[in-house]
Amino acid sequence: MTGAVVFTWAGFRHGLRMVLPMLPSFAPFGLVVGVLAAGEGLSLLEATLMSAMVFAGTSQLVALGAWGSPVPILAVTLAVFFVNLRMAPMSAALAPWFHGLRGWRLWTSLFTVTDHSFALSVNEMRRGNRDAAFLLGLGVPGWLWWTFCVAVGHLLAAVIDLRPGHPLLFAGLATLCALLVTLWRGRGDLMPWGVAGALALTVHAMGLGQPWPVLAGALGGSAAGAWRDLRR
Amino acid sequence: MTLRWDVLLAILSMALATYAIRAGGYAVLRVWRPPRFVEAMLTHMPGCIFIAFILPSLAAGGRWHAMAAAVAVLAMVLTRMLTLSIVLGVAALWLVVG
Repeated sequence: MTGAVVFTWAGFRHGLRMVLPMLPSFAPFGLVVGVLAAGEGLSLLEATLMSAMVFAGTSQLVALGAWGSPVPILAVTLAVFFVNLRMAPMSAALAPWFHGLRGWRLWTSLFTVTDHSFALSVNEMRRGNRDAAFLLGLGVPGWLWWTFCVAVGHLLAAVIDLRPGHPLLFAGLATLCALLVTLWRGRGDLMPWGVAGALALTVHAMGLGQPWPVLAGALGGSAAGAWRDLRR
Repeated sequence: MTLRWDVLLAILSMALATYAIRAGGYAVLRVWRPPRFVEAMLTHMPGCIFIAFILPSLAAGGRWHAMAAAVAVLAMVLTRMLTLSIVLGVAALWLVVG
């Protein structure tokens, strides 16, 4: 990494162009969260507000599964916290960009870290792109679209039939699989990825749900990679 | 258009927890220079997080999910076209379970 981090309109627009083709794949998931929110008795305003402020689909899904009346605030907060823990090392891995930002640029960019924006941004960073506005260019349309899809799901709750197991819901996981391919740097990744996958599957097989498999795999796999790198 | 106070509190609390994670993961590095080992770990973090997040979901989904994921990965390796790969992965699953 050389050169100072910049934050330009060109970088923002580059992010916009990269994220637009991905937006349709978020739609089924957003619709389902909207349908579930309606089913749990949330108003359109409440469902929209939740998506705009939390902006983390899997955690919203899990929180709605723990919903009730009155809302068990501590339980849903803890559920969201644990599901989203994987985002902490994501923000940390984007540190070379964030180190060059201050004020609103830094704090709004941090809000837009998601699985998708993280994968695309890491690739840009590894290619030597020093324009940190790329992340916000990905994040703003993603945030607006996500919130819009949840609102539409809430409005159409009575007519949408996206039951669990519907093939369209696989779009979210398919997106992550395709993004995984872009993160591959070469044969050196094989060992850390293998350790990460084996650990995650072991913890999963022990009956522990997320976030434990992802935390065990991410920490164990990257520690194995770091150990090998520093031994050389 | 109702906004119940307990729902509003829950939303604010969930939003605060999520933002604390997003900002906190980096904020720690703003004030603390990590040892070399942790820096080396961070370079491996991206792929490891994705693998460790995807595989348990596929294991829970069963063999057809794994097959459809393989289609999406293979399509991405061969074409590098994100949208096409997602569509092919979903289509593959739809063909066998739909």
